[in-house]
Amino acid sequence: MNIIKNRDELTKLRDTIKSQQSTYKNTIYVCGGAGCVSSHCDEIVKTLTKAVEDSGLSKDIRIVVTGCIGLCAYGPCLVVDPDGVFYGNLTPEKVLAIVDRHLKGGEIAKEFCYYDEDKGDYLPFMKDIGFFSEQVKIALRNCGRVDFASVEDYIANDGYQALAKVIMDMGREKTVQEILDSGLRGRGGAGFPTGIKWQAGMNQPGDQKYMICNADEGDPGAFMDRSVLEGDPHSVIEAMAIAGFVIGANKGYVYVRAEYPIAVERLGNALDQARAAGLLGTNILGTGFEFDIEIRIGAGAFVCGEETALINSIEGKRGEPRQKPPFPFQSGLWNVPTIINNVETLANVPAIILKGAAWFSSYGVGKSRGTKVFALAGDIVNAGIIEIPMGMSLRNVIYKMGGGMKDGKAFKAVQSGGPSGGCLTSDHLDVSVDYESLSAMGAIMGSGGLIAMDENTCLVDTARYFMEFVQDESCGHCVPCRNGTKRMLELLLKITSGRGEMTDLDELADLAVTVGATAMCGLGQTAPNPVLTTLKYFKDEYLAHVVDKKCPAHICKALGTYTIDPEKCRGCTACAKKCPADAITGEVKKPHVISLEKCIKCGACMEACKFDAVAYN
Amino acid sequence: MSTTQHATTCTGTEEELIDRIRTLAANYKGKEGSLIQVLHMVQGVYGYLPLHIQQIVAEELDLPLSTVSGVVSFYSFFATKPRGRHTIRVCMGTACYVRGGVSLVESLEKSLGIQAGGTTSDGVFTFEIARCIGSCGLAPAMTIDDTVYPEVKAADLPGILEPWYNDGK
Repeated sequence: MNIIKNRDELTKLRDTIKSQQSTYKNTIYVCGGAGCVSSHCDEIVKTLTKAVEDSGLSKDIRIVVTGCIGLCAYGPCLVVDPDGVFYGNLTPEKVLAIVDRHLKGGEIAKEFCYYDEDKGDYLPFMKDIGFFSEQVKIALRNCGRVDFASVEDYIANDGYQALAKVIMDMGREKTVQEILDSGLRGRGGAGFPTGIKWQAGMNQPGDQKYMICNADEGDPGAFMDRSVLEGDPHSVIEAMAIAGFVIGANKGYVYVRAEYPIAVERLGNALDQARAAGLLGTNILGTGFEFDIEIRIGAGAFVCGEETALINSIEGKRGEPRQKPPFPFQSGLWNVPTIINNVETLANVPAIILKGAAWFSSYGVGKSRGTKVFALAGDIVNAGIIEIPMGMSLRNVIYKMGGGMKDGKAFKAVQSGGPSGGCLTSDHLDVSVDYESLSAMGAIMGSGGLIAMDENTCLVDTARYFMEFVQDESCGHCVPCRNGTKRMLELLLKITSGRGEMTDLDELADLAVTVGATAMCGLGQTAPNPVLTTLKYFKDEYLAHVVDKKCPAHICKALGTYTIDPEKCRGCTACAKKCPADAITGEVKKPHVISLEKCIKCGACMEACKFDAVAYN
Repeated sequence: MSTTQHATTCTGTEEELIDRIRTLAANYKGKEGSLIQVLHMVQGVYGYLPLHIQQIVAEELDLPLSTVSGVVSFYSFFATKPRGRHTIRVCMGTACYVRGGVSLVESLEKSLGIQAGGTTSDGVFTFEIARCIGSCGLAPAMTIDDTVYPEVKAADLPGILEPWYNDGK
């Protein structure tokens, strides 16, 4: 690609590509998100491309491989525009049928569309599917709509116009004011106002400053930043350049998790393209502004999501947090002023610049303006990525968008915000999803992981799970986090193994409060949240473990065993076939037996038995 | 750039590999903050980072060995023991955990005959727990090298593992 020398050339290029694209009758967006990659969307693309060519439709149909379309549970999937027809769970055979019937014949292949259990019907159009219809896409505006591998396609969708506007029309002060007015807050978890951060960075004296994008999305159960980086890398690049211009930095770093190789690859390609087009480097768009970005790959440490630990890691050191103050805006990377924003925060910026603060802040509620991207996962029908205006109820998110719980099971809890967050109950379903309401209940918005859990979940075990995670990932720098989380984990293990006493519950609560109050960085300060919320909202389950020595959800293996009732067993062998540990023996048509030694207590036998012969007690 | 923990991707004698590591590391001498990136590359060449390799990196970058080994031991992606040709990683992120990741781990431990963190005696697989691979919509998930396997059931494992004995073909 040639260097784009000024704004006129950028705009001209946009209009040219747009008018080329408008000559097509249909555009087909094929999801190339990480989820769909793993379900072989490459075969779908290949089959589709060939079938379209073979049918002589190449002139009428544009095929675009995009980032995450959102509905991961239905991957591989595609959308046919202009009508927004969604096809999921695709196979090459289905693709051939779609080309034949829909693209050639003009009739929607309805049985490959989304099936709505409640309505008992297939819903072909995205606007009718709850998962899509309730969303407002700002940060994800291009995810699933542009070719992540093409800077031209990004430009066709007003890409880099915001950067031009900031440098040429608005200037630093006005840009900061716009971000302040928009009410945008950090989407990485803490919710600090982005405008205030930028203002501090801008006002800080210094010849050398740095702009960092935090893409170390370590929360288990969160994949929003991954989706943005993979689906729309240029919006992150553009936003970093804008931020760099505002604070006076000529160099940026994106710190990406090593666990995200696809994101690293796509971001790397996007950076190469941006440089080739002169959108990074020296004299950007002929304005004299200089900015470039380097990728830094993490090496597997959750604590590196904390900004000062992340800085140490970029410096090539152990990722241990630094004492604050001084804050990074005063003394950050290599001790110069540094501003760190999370991926999703940045992805909002170009849209705010182009459409204005008033437009952005018209979404949301109270001090939580705009939208939030959530990774909806767990025991839910429509697992995937969603973006909702803040203020929507949890019930709406879980039932309308998420389609309710899988396999007709009952809802038990929702965990928001990963190891720093909390578990909420069905009593909280009508609460509004925003920074303030969630933290009032002891949970947090966090980075945006939402894990729905059904009746088969043990909340004591869930608390243990998070504590094990935190204990393992604690950098060990400060005593409360290093020792406190270890003792908390020991107490939880004692309880889940059936040796718990009532005093353990008090001690656990005491420790949780102390660790939260005294740990040095965000990791330790928020680590007790899952324990505190489960102690508060699921006390009954703790009591069942401690007093009755029972795990009501049958998860904690030390409590209770699986046995087969010889009276009820018909010897159908279904349980033996399902048992992953070969723990069940017996002859056909005769009662079977479970070996207590071999049994891993997974409960597969109980699920397999049609005669109610397997008991857990 | 692929960053997953592959076993030795470069072939050659010990001396050739060490030569390559010296040249590679020497390029970054004096360049601030490059230690982690260098270690990623060196692990790509040698497969893992035993003490004598850390010593070489320390020499070439002109850093104390304690700094290098402090970083190696801090990050979970750096290995100090030899690794298998392929790395199996079962995701134990929250979504995978609640949807059955534990039974995958148990089944793998049984069928591979090693605990999580170990390497099979034939050197084919290193088996690890991943914190979260960010494929939560497809829980429970696991990876072998760069390939992600979605919604894995214990019964699927033999079929998934088999081709990897012939290097995934």
